Amino acid sequence: MSIETISLSGRKKEVSNKKMTFLESLYLVAIAKGLWITLGHLFTRKVTIKYPEQTRELSPVYRGQHMLMRDEEGRERCTACGLCALSCPAEAITMKSEERKPEEKHLYREEKYASIYEINMLRCIFCGLCEEACPKQAIYLTKSRVMVKSNTNREDFIYGKEKLVMPLDMAIRNTQMQTAN
Amino acid sequence: MDQAIIIEKGIFIVVIFAITMLFAMYETLAERKIAAWFQDRIGPNRAGPGGILQPLADGLKLFSKEEFFPNTENRFLFIAGPAISMTTALMTSAVIPWGDKLSIFGRDVVLQATDINIGMLYVFGVLSVGVYGIMIGGWASNNKFSLMGAMRASSQMISYEVAMGLAIVSLVMMTESLSLGEIAAGQHSWRWNVLYQPVGFLIFLVCSFAETNRTPFDLAECEAELIGGYHTEYSSMKMGFYLFAEYASMFISSTILAILYFGAYNYPGMDWVESVIGSNGANIIGIIVLFAKICFFIFFYMWVRWTIPRFRYDQLMKLGWKMLIPLAIANIIVTGIIILLADQNL
Ligand code: SF4
Ligand code: SF4
Repeated sequence: MSIETISLSGRKKEVSNKKMTFLESLYLVAIAKGLWITLGHLFTRKVTIKYPEQTRELSPVYRGQHMLMRDEEGRERCTACGLCALSCPAEAITMKSEERKPEEKHLYREEKYASIYEINMLRCIFCGLCEEACPKQAIYLTKSRVMVKSNTNREDFIYGKEKLVMPLDMAIRNTQMQTAN
Repeated sequence: MDQAIIIEKGIFIVVIFAITMLFAMYETLAERKIAAWFQDRIGPNRAGPGGILQPLADGLKLFSKEEFFPNTENRFLFIAGPAISMTTALMTSAVIPWGDKLSIFGRDVVLQATDINIGMLYVFGVLSVGVYGIMIGGWASNNKFSLMGAMRASSQMISYEVAMGLAIVSLVMMTESLSLGEIAAGQHSWRWNVLYQPVGFLIFLVCSFAETNRTPFDLAECEAELIGGYHTEYSSMKMGFYLFAEYASMFISSTILAILYFGAYNYPGMDWVESVIGSNGANIIGIIVLFAKICFFIFFYMWVRWTIPRFRYDQLMKLGWKMLIPLAIANIIVTGIIILLADQNL
């Protein structure tokens, strides 16, 4: 088979520039055919999802809102190593590290922790690379269906620790479940 | 008696005006809904149940937009453009017979603002003035894209008017009258003109699309090449007037199609209905039938719009001058021969 006749998509068609007959040049037949096709579409099932009332089915590997995890004793796992920020293709993560004081041992698992940890939700593309990069299993993308709320203020899209860290009661529940097993 | 007729006509004109406006308003919604359905979508459904208040919301939005004037010396013409478009779109409805006679309180009320004996010529006259609205608007905008849009619109309208007129000639040869009232009355029961003049009807249909600047002949405002065509520079309610005029003229031209070729208010079996429920009842059904036909043509306009891509300019001109006009002339000749033969046989 020569390269000219090959058709990868199987839909190759020769362009024909033959002169139209008078009947064809009135376009009536072609138009009637077209009208028939569109009429069929009038009665097909509509694909629209009426968003606030209906929500789209999520895929099994759906990645939603991030969460900074706590360990089984309720301490924050993040050690502010910065690997997530480094791996982030959208450069959405910034943080500031701090040394843990002796009296803060029950709050942070490692000797260094993130005093500020921010993700810019306008930049984040929910790729999940931060989750993959984290050596401490401290950041996860949850299956939360809550989308980032629209706003007119850019500052409100920068989510700080107060929005990202796992709530304490959730950590307590997790630990209880684990010990029960 | 004279006073009564003035009041009667006055009320009638107001009613027709209101109906035309209502139709134009809801055509905008219908257009969006039908476009959506053809594209497997749902369409606007948030304003009121099923989107029924959408036209009001659109109108409110247009009103609240900034009144923009381009840097032009022709401020008067700039305002006159949409006004002329609107006026001409509404003027045609004066000669349209909306139904047969109704007798109310013992008076025969003719459902036609005025049945002038050259109704058809009047319609054509007004239609050709319609191009001035677009031309003046495009000219006064002081914008080359607007001007090009206006030029296209006017050359297209003028070329298609010829074929349209010729299509009508063969119809008039058959009906032997220029009065729309008589043409409507002549199509009693099922004797619709489309059965006798199918080719004429097709030509007229195609030309109506061109006259109303609808797809596939919407070269005057093709967004891809001319931004918005003749109304690029218009904003707020002046823009609204242009859009409204387009929809109003779509309604009117659907009406004219229904009246000239699709039997106006006549429907099969109307004599039987009249003998059962009286002439008033039969005539009211006739009015409903007419509006059903109008709605069908409006739907057809939209159906075509979402089916056929826009013609290229040379295709448009070729279709107008090289196809439709010869076809219309041939139609006249054939009609003439048939009428002659029919006369000899009698
Ligand atoms: S999900 Fe991707 S884009 Fe978002 S913060 Fe993590 S690494 Fe960055
Ligand atoms: S979340 Fe993980 S990767 Fe990011 S700074 Fe904390 S420990 Fe390091």
